Amino acid sequence: MSALLSLANICKSYAMGEEEYEVLHDVNLTIERGELISIFGPSGSGKTTLMNIIGCLDVPTSGEYVLDGTLVADLEPRQLARIRNKKIGFVFQNFQLLPRLNTFSNVELPLIYSGLKAAERRQRVLGMLELVGLSHKAESFPNQLSGGQQQRVAIARSMVTEPSIILADEPTGALDQKTGQQIMDLFRQFNQAGRTIIMITHDPIVAAIAKRTVRILDGRLSEEGGAINAKRDTEDVCR
Amino acid sequence: MLKEILKMSVDNIVHNKTRSFLTILGIVIGVGSIIALMLMGDGATSSIQSQLSGLGGNKLTVSITGTPIKSGLSEQDLQGMATLNNVTAVSPSTSARSSVVYGDTAKKNVSIAGRSYSFFEADSSLLKAGRGLSRLDIENRSHVALLGSNLTMELFGNKSPVGANITLGGREFLVVGALASSGGFSFSSLDDSVVVPYNTAERALGGTRVNSIDVFFTEGSPVTEVKAALKVRLTTVFDGRNDVFSIFNQQDMLDMMETVTATMTMLLAGIAAISLLVGGIGIMNMMLVSVTERTNEIGLRKSLGAEPLHIMLQFLIEAVIICLLGGFLGIILGGLLAYAGSLLIGFEFAITAFPIILAFGFSVAVGLIFGIAPARKASNLNPIDALRYV
Ligand SMILES: Nc1ncnc2c1ncn2[C@@H]1O[C@H](COP(=O)(O)OP(=O)(O)OP(=O)(O)O)[C@@H](O)[C@H]1O
Ligand SMILES: [Mg+2]
Repeated sequence: MSALLSLANICKSYAMGEEEYEVLHDVNLTIERGELISIFGPSGSGKTTLMNIIGCLDVPTSGEYVLDGTLVADLEPRQLARIRNKKIGFVFQNFQLLPRLNTFSNVELPLIYSGLKAAERRQRVLGMLELVGLSHKAESFPNQLSGGQQQRVAIARSMVTEPSIILADEPTGALDQKTGQQIMDLFRQFNQAGRTIIMITHDPIVAAIAKRTVRILDGRLSEEGGAINAKRDTEDVCR
Repeated sequence: MLKEILKMSVDNIVHNKTRSFLTILGIVIGVGSIIALMLMGDGATSSIQSQLSGLGGNKLTVSITGTPIKSGLSEQDLQGMATLNNVTAVSPSTSARSSVVYGDTAKKNVSIAGRSYSFFEADSSLLKAGRGLSRLDIENRSHVALLGSNLTMELFGNKSPVGANITLGGREFLVVGALASSGGFSFSSLDDSVVVPYNTAERALGGTRVNSIDVFFTEGSPVTEVKAALKVRLTTVFDGRNDVFSIFNQQDMLDMMETVTATMTMLLAGIAAISLLVGGIGIMNMMLVSVTERTNEIGLRKSLGAEPLHIMLQFLIEAVIICLLGGFLGIILGGLLAYAGSLLIGFEFAITAFPIILAFGFSVAVGLIFGIAPARKASNLNPIDALRYV
């Protein structure tokens, strides 16, 4: 069976006025089904940029990204939306909860776009809130929740569709050690159920929990313990 | 899923109450004025129709501009017209203005309507009391008069004027009858007039020559033939000129009035439509602001799996709901306005389906036309750009 996803020679640059500013440089990464992997690197190294590409939110400037056997570049916006809905669960670095919706409705959101019936949605959302320990906050609005609680809402939302990939950007960033530990346990459980977890973090302790860790530094990827990305020195990969 | 998207749209309208209300108001004003004008136009048309059709269908109306030498018809001309095939009677009219005195009550500048006996033969409902003009009155150019309902009230109060003597332009006239009120709004109301024999008005009171004649013909005879014969006759009377008179029949009159009111209505409704256009621009403005404000929300929804179509629908439905609400309230407002107008001016008032269907159609169209650009803008946003927008 082929890999879940593979990135080949991915480059991403932003136009800064006249200049091209390169954030990702020749990234090669293959992730198998059921992996629990952490992408670890300092602030500004390009982690979120990479996550957005893996999550089909953004497109690379060059390079090939194959997800589940399909070349992502070939897909229409509509198909990308379905993939994000069905296959991917996002935990954004800044939570991204809708301030006007309460906890329940925020978690329910992706299920609406899956076309599920109200009863089914309700059951799933309540189950998920139970799991993250927020059943008593179902009616609260984001501005009535602590940072950690908001983060748990975001995590519940990412898992509620039972996606095959969870992309979590600093998922424990706003949590104390104990809650952080609970969340990590949740990810582990989810992983044991056969789902792929991609965790993005700058915290080495969190990174250590993962079975596999990839380092990112200034937009270049290197496998933990492994050799630094082979093509590192060839400068003409990205254009 | 449509239900959920509908709920999102409604939630947003409710959340931005003031803004939604003002936008709806713009549509209400536009639709309301269109509806009011169209209903009033309809009312006016049907009022005119019932008024005119009350005058009977077996009649041609001749109006004469005349030539410098011959400004109206003579006695002989009238007699000649009365002998035409199918013609049963001719009823000439003249007009004058004069003072009216009864006892110590005097009224200046009263309209004097010169009529013939056939005027009363054609419509028996004209009389309220006394008698109409007779053949003898005409032949003798009698000084007899009938009073319009308002004038009767002013001069005699609730007493009957029949048998009294009044003075018209310094001459004594015997009141032989009182006219019934024509009621409300009418072109040819005689409520404020005195009716005298047409030739008396012409000679004794310094009135016009005969320049308007109703020609009655037998029921069921071909109108076009009567009209043609009349035209030939009049052309001879005016020495071969056929451009100094015109002949109308009832239908011509109806058609003309209808064209006039329809044109007026369309013109006014067209002006009102401009206010609907302004309302539509209001919607577009509100939706564009809304899209910008909610850029982040749109990005998030997309990242959670909303397809472009879902986002588009969310915004389009919002615009259409606003327009439908505005349209609905506008129809009520317009209906009330038209009703008030009908009471004020004395039109008939009837709710007709056409303006309502038109207004609803317009509102939906405005919602779609002015909502589509903002909705497309929202649906085309790149999720990552939208998410990063603060
Ligand atoms: N839209 C953009 N336009 C220009 N530069 C950008 C844009 N997005 C990201 N960058 C730049 O790319 C670099 C990497 O950003 P990224 O958000 O991927 O970092 P990160 O590794 O997630 O950092 P952190 O741990 O602080 O979240 C940064 O230097 C940032 O300034
Ligand atoms: Mg980041």
